[in-house]
Amino acid sequence: MNAVYPIFKRELRSYFASPLAYVILVVFQIISARFFFLYLQGFLHLQFDPSFQLHRGELNLNNLVVLPYFGTISIVLLLIIPLITMRLIADERKSYTAELLFTSPIKLRSIVLGKFLAALVLLIIMLLLSSLNLFVLTVHGNPDMGAVFSGYLGLLLLGASFLSIGIFASSIAGNQLVAAVITFGILLLLWLVGALSDTESSILGYISLINHFENFGKGIIELKDLAYYLSLIYIGLFLAHTALDSERWR
Amino acid sequence: MTNVKQSLINSLDKDCSVVILLKSVYLESPFPLGIGYVNLRILAAMIHVQNVSKQYGDLLAVDNISFQLDKGDVLGFLGPNGAGKTTTMRIITGYMPPTKGKVYVDDVDIFEDPLIAKSHIGYLPENPPLYEDMIVRDYLNFVAEIKQVPGNEKNGRIHYIMDKCGILDVGKRIIGHLSKGYRQRIGIAQALINDPTVLVLDEPTNGLDPKQIIEIRELIKGLSGDRTVILSTHILPEVTMICSKVVIINKGKIALEESLERLTNKVDGIENILLKTRYWGEEIQEKIISLPNVSDIRLGLSNELIIQPKKGTDIREELSELIMQNEWGLLEMRPVAHNLEEIFLRVISSEGD
Repeated sequence: MNAVYPIFKRELRSYFASPLAYVILVVFQIISARFFFLYLQGFLHLQFDPSFQLHRGELNLNNLVVLPYFGTISIVLLLIIPLITMRLIADERKSYTAELLFTSPIKLRSIVLGKFLAALVLLIIMLLLSSLNLFVLTVHGNPDMGAVFSGYLGLLLLGASFLSIGIFASSIAGNQLVAAVITFGILLLLWLVGALSDTESSILGYISLINHFENFGKGIIELKDLAYYLSLIYIGLFLAHTALDSERWR
Repeated sequence: MTNVKQSLINSLDKDCSVVILLKSVYLESPFPLGIGYVNLRILAAMIHVQNVSKQYGDLLAVDNISFQLDKGDVLGFLGPNGAGKTTTMRIITGYMPPTKGKVYVDDVDIFEDPLIAKSHIGYLPENPPLYEDMIVRDYLNFVAEIKQVPGNEKNGRIHYIMDKCGILDVGKRIIGHLSKGYRQRIGIAQALINDPTVLVLDEPTNGLDPKQIIEIRELIKGLSGDRTVILSTHILPEVTMICSKVVIINKGKIALEESLERLTNKVDGIENILLKTRYWGEEIQEKIISLPNVSDIRLGLSNELIIQPKKGTDIREELSELIMQNEWGLLEMRPVAHNLEEIFLRVISSEGD
């Protein structure tokens, strides 16, 4: 397992050796900042609305700014993560380096895990950057920080699930573009499949990626949501491992 | 205990003609007088390929191949494109498992104990496995890490290999910007970084210019020493220069397996004569074959005659006289070394029929 670190290091360096990581970070930050600004503006306007005083309990920073902001981030992640993961394994095939990795005295799972962790670090950097916007709120406002932190935990788990599914797609696809399309397809399907129900009322609702995020946004960390994301991450990585392992047996 | 085991193994290894031997006797049981268990196994050389087949769907790419190599052997692995060379090499290096058969590297089954077996192997695939966006030195550092080169030896090892492969001067450059010759050499460097006992090179001189080919050839020659090398190539003289053993593979089967010495002995001492004349007719062949010292005559590839004299004779004089007398118009007459090329073509075409 000591091969995880070199794989991880090389992969992370490779992200930043090309413009890809920078472009992704910049685009992500611009979009999230823009939406954050819109939500904040909306909140400020609402304060001058006479009805604001009547609904004071619900109309707070968390409900009007933080929650929609998390919603935006999750959608942007849905769009961007296929681009982060698409090259992870498909590219090894294209540059023939798969032959180097698979004939080296290392375990397949070190390769999958190293790559996953590198992508995870990129995701964490994205989330940290996006959190800078929220610090503005703490200067003049008083948002519920607990909900902010649990929301970020939720985003991290959500993004990591996306990543693991992306790695799986990259391991079965012949090239990067196909990998990105497959990832996007699976994610969108998992996202929309239970859009009309919640996690408890139907199986489809339970499978849905985004339903499990709602609690995190409200500041509730539930075991079933944690278990859902962690098992999704495990399944994605396991499938990637299996796909790589079985590919050579054909 | 290990010494007992080792000496036993050594004594057994000397007898290569014996096929089945008691190979590993483990004496490390808690009761010193008892023998743990006796492992019955086919005698393993450095590389032992045993009845290996590989099927891709309907296509049988490799069909029941067996051969074995000892320490220090340099095997020239020949065959036309699509004969199964790359597939065989991929199986030996553990990149893909065979459909049937076993591969032992230094007595370790590559699919039972892949991590141990793979740590003995250095492999240069047909296309060097390079990360284009990396700096040469970082790349080799990465390879050294995944090949489990110990941290304290790593830098020295990288420097030594870079020096040996002649890539010290490009150490800080990005691989994607380098020429084909450098890439190939980096490919060889990555294969050598863990000081492998088995080196598998898939067309190492492919796509290089003549000068680079000579450099790489010298490099491989200098590397062999104690290593067991498997080298596939299309350039046949290369085999004569580097290899000690030849395996020709055609349509997934071994068409010929011979040591180079025996192979050249088979044909050496008799130098064939290539003859081209302006006049062309059946009687030429008849008359030449009736010369006392000619043992065989056949048609070359482009309407020339290849004449095989009897061993230890020089027929050039008689031959030219004969041509002069008959006024056939001598265009060309030269000795052709009985070379691998000819053997190769003969083996390949006879198999193809």
